[in-house]
Amino acid sequence: MMSFISKMFNETDGENTNSNISNPSPVDETERHTHTAPQHLEDVATSIEDKDIAQVKAEKKQTEKSEKLKFAFMLAGGCAGCEMALIDISEKLVDTLDHLEIVFWAPTAADVKYKDLEAYPDNFIDLAFVDGMVRNTENEHMVTVLRQKSKVLVAFGACATVGGVAAMGDLHTKDELFDYAYKQSWSTDNPDGVLPTSEYILDGKYNLTIPAFTDRCMTIAELVDVDFFIGGCPPHHDFIAATVNLVLSGEMPAKGTWLTSGKAVCDVCTRNPAITGEMRRPVGQVFRTVEGQPDPVKCLLQQGYICFGPMTQGDCGAACLKANMPCRGCGGPIPGIKDFGARCLTTIGSTLKDERTCDQLMEKYPQLAKFVYRYSYTSGMIDKRKSAESVPSRRNLP
Amino acid sequence: MSFNPNIVGFACQWCTYAGADLAGNLRCKYPPTIKLIKVPCSGTVEAEFILEALRRGADGVLVGGCHFGDCHYKEGNYKAARRMKLLKKLIADEGFDSRRFRLEWISGAEGMKFAEVVTEFTNELIELGPSPLKKAVKP
Ligand code: SF4
Ligand code: SF4
Ligand code: SF4
Repeated sequence: MMSFISKMFNETDGENTNSNISNPSPVDETERHTHTAPQHLEDVATSIEDKDIAQVKAEKKQTEKSEKLKFAFMLAGGCAGCEMALIDISEKLVDTLDHLEIVFWAPTAADVKYKDLEAYPDNFIDLAFVDGMVRNTENEHMVTVLRQKSKVLVAFGACATVGGVAAMGDLHTKDELFDYAYKQSWSTDNPDGVLPTSEYILDGKYNLTIPAFTDRCMTIAELVDVDFFIGGCPPHHDFIAATVNLVLSGEMPAKGTWLTSGKAVCDVCTRNPAITGEMRRPVGQVFRTVEGQPDPVKCLLQQGYICFGPMTQGDCGAACLKANMPCRGCGGPIPGIKDFGARCLTTIGSTLKDERTCDQLMEKYPQLAKFVYRYSYTSGMIDKRKSAESVPSRRNLP
Repeated sequence: MSFNPNIVGFACQWCTYAGADLAGNLRCKYPPTIKLIKVPCSGTVEAEFILEALRRGADGVLVGGCHFGDCHYKEGNYKAARRMKLLKKLIADEGFDSRRFRLEWISGAEGMKFAEVVTEFTNELIELGPSPLKKAVKP
């Protein structure tokens, strides 16, 4: 069971003797990127694809004692959808539990407290997943602690890898966000206009604190060193199962790898003009999804329903397209993309027929940044807020 | 207060790059602020190239291509025009001054125009000051 851990660390023992791992200070961005070879799950999974977990389990039982992999799952600034997606692998997860000892899964599944995690020795956890981005000081602290306690850390899901939906908040100031959330939204009842403060003294003597909102969102890799990445909002259960298989088989790929297919949504979309034999034509009119009924068989992009399938990883099997909805990019960028939003515009810009269609697109999607960076704003190259005080790092895109 | 803007220029080899050459032959005067990168066509310039230049501390980016109808590849410059229009909007949405990014059609016969554009752009950037992304950049 421990073979993959020992394998990983044997390879890098020389480097790690100076306890790189137990000292999780943010790694210099250039250093972090050198080991991000664009490998993908399908390349490495082939060798084990025929083995199912039961088989792996049997083999492991023979070779090793019942030593279990210590596993942790932490929700940072996410919605817990990723954790539900892990639970979605159902029987496979139940099988896996024979091999995993859950030492931390908070606040969702296990009755453990932050202080329990803090009390573990460094490198105590063999494998840890984080879902969600870093949005407040609590996330910041706990992700740093988790890194310190874990041998292998996986950024799990769109939020953790590229920022996720909540990162779009960075297109607004904190005042705008607070004003809307605590004063203006239709469900708010706050006549005195009270806003949260991170410190509060109750009855003049009880000093209460809550986590403070950070200046901006961060991906996990911006804060700490990350070993593997899994995209998707949430990741598709087939790929989670494949990852779990990999972990149990000990065949983990090189550090920095995205444990995803690396293929575009178009690659797995049955509407692809390359498959349907449809002629590719410039797009002469742009529609929003609420306008009209697209043809349920033909490529949506060709019909003017802007689809991000060409630049998105299709681990989902083109799920949205099957429901006659265009892809919005939740799978994360395909390998080789440095800035998802910019690549969307490059691709879509050149499919548009003329200047007029281009203007039409800008009219219909007046918040272009929110449109193209719905899941990945934090990993974009330009962010005014980020530039003011920190290095805009190239957060490990595939 | 001697701010010398740093401009990265992507110039199409058939028109704008030739125009820059001509500007040299004609001994046109223009500030030494631009670093030209020769590209096959303005249509090859991806939006990511421009963001990369800005992120790495360029104060401004100029993309130069052929006039409409003159593209060596028929419609490369039309595609460039659409992409760049969308990109300008995108960086404005992100709170970045889109005046730092400029698209110009300069033919191989327009040496003077090339010099004028660079001069004008340089002055505009001096007014805008150094790029806010600059101080964030590590060497
Ligand atoms: S990636 Fe999606 S499912 Fe996962 S935490 Fe973020 S918002 Fe939730
Ligand atoms: S653009 Fe969208 S609809 Fe067209 S083939 Fe790609 S994923 Fe399918
Ligand atoms: S089609 Fe696109 S948006 Fe829909 S699930 Fe797949 S990757 Fe996500």
